[in-house]
Parts: sequence; C-alpha cells; structure tokens
Amino acid sequence: MKDIVIVDYGMGNIKSIQRGLEQVGASVILSSDPVVITNASRLVLPGVGAFYDGMKGLQNAGLVNAIHDFVRIGNPLLGICLGMQMLLDQSEEHGIHTGLGLIPGNVKMIPESNHGEFSRKIPHIGWTQIKNPGFQNWKGSCLDDIQAGEYFYFVHSFMAVPEKKEYLLAQCEDEGLLVAAAIKRDNITGLQFHPEKSGKAGLKILHKFINT
Amino acid sequence: MRNIRLIARLDIKAPNLVKGIQLEGLRKLGDPNEFALKYYLQGADEIFYTDVVASLYERNSLLDILEKTTNNIFIPITVGGGLRSIKDVAAILRAGADKVSINTAAIKDPNIITAISRKFGSQCMVLSIQAKWQGSYWEAYYDNGREHSNLDVVEWAKKGEKLGAGEIILTSVDKEGTTKGFDVELVKAVTDSVQIPVIASGGMGEINDVDAVIKDGHADAIAMAHVLHYNNLTIDNVRNHCANNNIPVRVYTLTEND
Repeated sequence: MKDIVIVDYGMGNIKSIQRGLEQVGASVILSSDPVVITNASRLVLPGVGAFYDGMKGLQNAGLVNAIHDFVRIGNPLLGICLGMQMLLDQSEEHGIHTGLGLIPGNVKMIPESNHGEFSRKIPHIGWTQIKNPGFQNWKGSCLDDIQAGEYFYFVHSFMAVPEKKEYLLAQCEDEGLLVAAAIKRDNITGLQFHPEKSGKAGLKILHKFINT
Repeated sequence: MRNIRLIARLDIKAPNLVKGIQLEGLRKLGDPNEFALKYYLQGADEIFYTDVVASLYERNSLLDILEKTTNNIFIPITVGGGLRSIKDVAAILRAGADKVSINTAAIKDPNIITAISRKFGSQCMVLSIQAKWQGSYWEAYYDNGREHSNLDVVEWAKKGEKLGAGEIILTSVDKEGTTKGFDVELVKAVTDSVQIPVIASGGMGEINDVDAVIKDGHADAIAMAHVLHYNNLTIDNVRNHCANNNIPVRVYTLTEND
C-alpha cells in the first residue's frame, strides 16, 4: 500500500479524491497537521471554490509553510483544480490574491466569448481532450500512461498561466483558446481537470502518481 | 463547440429509483446504485440525482445512496431535491457530490444562489428550473412540479445567472416522462438568454430527439431518464448517434475489462 496524504483544509470534495486514490491501491490519510503534511511520502492538494477562500483555508490551518517544507524535501506534490491554481504566485479571482508561489505564474479569468466563430461560456464545464504542447516529456510524469487526445473532466472559470512555457505539461483547447491542463516543475505537478472524476483515464493518472 | 455532455438522470425516492410522467405517478424501478453503475460503465459523462421526496436526513436516504455511488463511480455527480441551506449543501458535498441543484430554496430566497456560489464556487451551484407552458410564457414550478412561482422561466434564468449560478438544469414539466421529445422552444428561449451552460431535461424518447435540442435548442448537455431506465437506449447508443451526426461528444470506447 502506498501512503498518500490529502491536505484537509475544509475546501471542497475530498471524499472523491480519497476514493479515487483508494481505488488504485493507495492508503489515504486526510490531514491538517503540518507535521504529517511536511513528512508525507506523497501529497495531494485538492480544492474547489474561490482562490482567496482556498489560500485563507491553508493559512488559517497553518499549512502554507508545511507545504513549502514538503516540497523542499523533494517528494511528489499533486495539486488538483483550485489546488493546482494555488501552486502559482497569484490569482486575479475576486481581486489580486497571493498563492503558494511554488510555480512562477498567475491565474487569470478565462475570457468569455459570445460572438464570431467561438462561443465560450463560463465556466468551462465538460470533457475536453488534452495534448502535449511539447515542452516536457510525459514519460516519468503522472501522465505517463495517458495517450494524447484523451478526455478529462474540467470545471473552472479561471486558468493557470505559468510564467514560462517550460512549466506546461499538457494543454487543452477550449473554443479556440489554449488552456493549461497540467503544469509541472520538478516534483510539483498541477492538474486543472479532475482525475478523480474522469473515469478510467483519470484513475490511470492517480495510479501513476502513487507509483512514481 | 464544446463536447455535449450526456447525463443520466435518476429521480430517487429512497431507497428506490423512481420514474413518473410529468413528475407524477412515480413507479419504483429498483436500486439507484445499480442503475448509476450501469450508466457509468456505458460511458455517461455525469450522473444527476434528484431526491423527489426531499428526505435528506432520514434513514437510508439520499446521503447513504450517494456514499455508495462514490465507491465505484468516478464521474461528476450532481445532487438536488430538498436542499434548503448551506449546511445541507455542505453535507451533500461531503458525501461525495460535486455539484448541487437548487430549485425550491432558490425560489423562496434567491440569495441562497449567491451564498452557495460564494462558499463553494459557481461551478457547484446548478439552478434547477421546472418549466410549464402557460399559453404565452413558461412559468417556473417548484416542489417537484406541484407549486406555482409566478416567475417567468426566462427572466428567472437570467436572474439566477446574475446571482451566481454556474449552470442551469431546465426540465420541461410538460414533456417530462412523455418520451415525446424535448421542448426545443423552451430550451432555445433559455440558452439564448444566458451565458452559462444549460442542461436540457425532460422528454427524450428516441435517439433522433437529441438532434433538434442541440442544433436548434443549443443545449450544452442533455439529461436522460426514461429511455435509459427502460432500456430503450444506452448512453453509448446516444454517443454514437451524436458522433455520426456532427454533434461533438467525448469519444469513449467500451472495453471488456469494465
């Protein structure tokens, strides 16, 4: 059994992520204890909802430093959805708010479009294909077992814009707009989509994450 | 055009899956978890549960069903029916739902839309509208199609969007359970008026019914109940039909290992 710690800071539906990880063989610990988080062998940062509320949740639980300490030790961190966006420096969701600053870049609103060739409604909800924009190899990442063109479940109104393209691991195209689907820097990976809600393909990602 | 989502809708009177006609005359069909699992394995894009008797905290209620569902189903789950407060929503999300759908509570106090959206994110707040044609406009109903609100559906949809709803599930009470096709005019009236995604629900009877509601009604997703529950169609039948008729859908291949 692989021990995985999910950061439990009161945001969102951690039960689904827990079930997804257990399904692929993980033994899951939900924790808001900084010591447990820093010393985890693998860490998942979940989250749905607003950026400011998410960061405030981490701060109130005293977990920002614990996550930084975990990353310094070098074990794998996986941020999902809001948990991915919080990896970046800052977000413009309901004002400018500071993030964890683990991957340089910002979180911006997805531009709405209701004319011309593309009609882009916000939020972006649904199953969208991901591809590799060619800056990083998927081999050795949690996308190792995924074929380019596979579909994953997205639900978001804001998107990650990393400072350097080199941090992009996967992209999706939403009505003519290229959106970061996965970002990676060293031992830190973020997924905009929900692997725990993306059927078999999503479970493959979780399986890879706990086994690499 | 984004991929159209194919949603299996399950109305629940715990512990059973039920189905009626125009939301009345409910028949018991069996264990909702078995039906939900079948639709997951057929490649459903989402599962939508509605508790038709609003029995959230009773024994063997929707919360228990939901916890079982999340054990073996790894796609988004929306839950509605009788959710009255932030506390109810939190309980449902903790039990494994991804989104909640709100009708009666929003009609009685529209501010709950904003409160849910702020607390859990707009993507989590699905406004459920039950629409009935009144000769010159569609009126929003509540309490599972029993009570009038005097609200014009199109105006209510616009207001819901402004208050923070991230999505609308639009059920035609006139068509629901009749298998006579979607109310395309209704769906079009709402999709033309809001910028958030709209799920068309009620009336799907045969496979060709999806064409008009998507191409003319501009639905972003379709919810199916009767045709699936009575085995008239499977999710993959509908998916293949869409793919063959220039309606974008997720490509999903059934495998033996499922």
